Amino acid sequence: MKIAVCVKQVPDAAATKRIDPGTKRLDRSGEGSLNPVDANAVEEALRIRDASGEGEVVLVSLGPEKALDSLRKALAMGADRALLVSDPDAAGSDLVATSALLAKALEREGADLVLFGQQASDSDGAVLWAAVADRLRLPLISQAAELTVEGGAVTGKRQTEFGYDVIRAPLPAVVAVADSINEPRYPSLKGIMGAKKKQQDVLSLADLGIEPERAGTTGSRTEVLALSDPPPRGETRKLEDDGTGAEKIVEFLVEKRLV
Amino acid sequence: MSVVVFLEHHEGELQKGSLGILAKAGQLGGEVAGVVLGSGVEELAAGAGRYGASTVYVADDAKLEAPLPQPRVDVLAQLVEEKGIETVLFAQSILSADLAAGLAARLDAGLNWQLVDIATQDGAVVGKQSALGDSVLVDVGWTSTPRLALFRAGIADPVETGGTATVEKLDVTFQEHSLAAEMLEQAHEESSGPSIEDADFIVAGGRGLGAPEGFGMIEELAKALGGAVAATRAVVDAGWYPYSAQVGQTGKNVSPVLYVACGISGAIQHKVGMQGSKVIVAINKDPNAPIFEFADLGIVGDVQTIVPKLTELVRARKG
Repeated sequence: MKIAVCVKQVPDAAATKRIDPGTKRLDRSGEGSLNPVDANAVEEALRIRDASGEGEVVLVSLGPEKALDSLRKALAMGADRALLVSDPDAAGSDLVATSALLAKALEREGADLVLFGQQASDSDGAVLWAAVADRLRLPLISQAAELTVEGGAVTGKRQTEFGYDVIRAPLPAVVAVADSINEPRYPSLKGIMGAKKKQQDVLSLADLGIEPERAGTTGSRTEVLALSDPPPRGETRKLEDDGTGAEKIVEFLVEKRLV
Repeated sequence: MSVVVFLEHHEGELQKGSLGILAKAGQLGGEVAGVVLGSGVEELAAGAGRYGASTVYVADDAKLEAPLPQPRVDVLAQLVEEKGIETVLFAQSILSADLAAGLAARLDAGLNWQLVDIATQDGAVVGKQSALGDSVLVDVGWTSTPRLALFRAGIADPVETGGTATVEKLDVTFQEHSLAAEMLEQAHEESSGPSIEDADFIVAGGRGLGAPEGFGMIEELAKALGGAVAATRAVVDAGWYPYSAQVGQTGKNVSPVLYVACGISGAIQHKVGMQGSKVIVAINKDPNAPIFEFADLGIVGDVQTIVPKLTELVRARKG
């Protein structure tokens, strides 16, 4: 069983994120780390591989070359090899362009199962897998909080706004996992040492046979026009409770005509 | 300009979130159409006329019964191409996000998400996107049509216009891969009391309650206010309260008149689900909790003493 896991390097959680006013893109110059939920997708892939007793876990990513640092963390967890699509012409790709690039890379791999982490911490995006699934013409399960792979099909259970769903799809399939699905393992020292020696391929757009016009801003269908400060919420008041906290709240609610 | 709003439905009712987007779409000028996809939904679809849709496109097919995105991508792609639709709007939900993204890939159409508003500026359609944990507001555009837009839940309330809609039935053909995923089971939690998405008053509890039993006083306060109980993801994950009450990034988005946050730090994952509330009151013992940065009134103190007293005072006030 071959499992591809799509992962992304995002600005480190500890860093203050900012949008570069010049390029109007997220400033990725600082410390990067593996998108947190992607570690859950890697963990799930490792569990499925290990339960079946054979197979391969391949990381697939798009980003600058320094994203290899984050891929190595996933290799240290136990993934077998990594494939990074990196090309200056791919910078600034939106959903349409990114999904086209990833789909090309995934087509080369021809995995039985393609996993995603449910949410990117930098763009608040929670949509990429559905676009990739459509391009690959594969069935999709999103938000999976439990997964079983059995008899040539994958079954996912997920929580929804109304309760839960159980969805089954024949392999090959695309699945996005929620972070409640598992607890990602910490890489062992041996894993960290071994990660450097694992196969890490960096592919350009030309390597994938993608025209530069299909990528980056020219391949995108959306644009950022301007940045501004969000409207203020109005006055905020913070009071220390001196024993009259509850009264203060009631006074406030009366003032707002809420009680 | 031709605008279509994807109208989501659940158990025979059009969802408030997507009806709100129908009202929002009216601001773009021109007529607004809705589209309803499902099985046995024709009558339901006509009801969208009351909320401002002049036309409602309907695809009624047994293959659309389960709320799965891929067969819906097929139908919307055909609709957009046949009618030359320029703009398709969605209200955030699990189904809508997957559907909008699948459609974007199918049509090579731009999709902007996390939108809080949309308007026409100098003849161009511009979306307002809240980004980086609401620290920045981004004006986003589309470089081609069709334009796809996914709105944050609860950004607009439905408006009853009392109109009627022309219902137009769509013929559908499905692609093989679109029907490959299959819904085996769907379970709906029975919730007691008002649903948090419809409630005007919400009292929410987090880790700061200390123990699952802390939700007892939260329920009492909610009852006194005539509202519903919500919870943070941390306490839902810990099993203190059911998932159906979870507010935030991986739960529901709510925009009540009053949101009382008790023992909630106000992490961004929670904030995105409740910042649309008209008035926010927070009680937390940590003076540095982020919730105090956006609560209209914040009390630094112990929820265990303040909440029961507040309940008593509200009850007394209401007689």
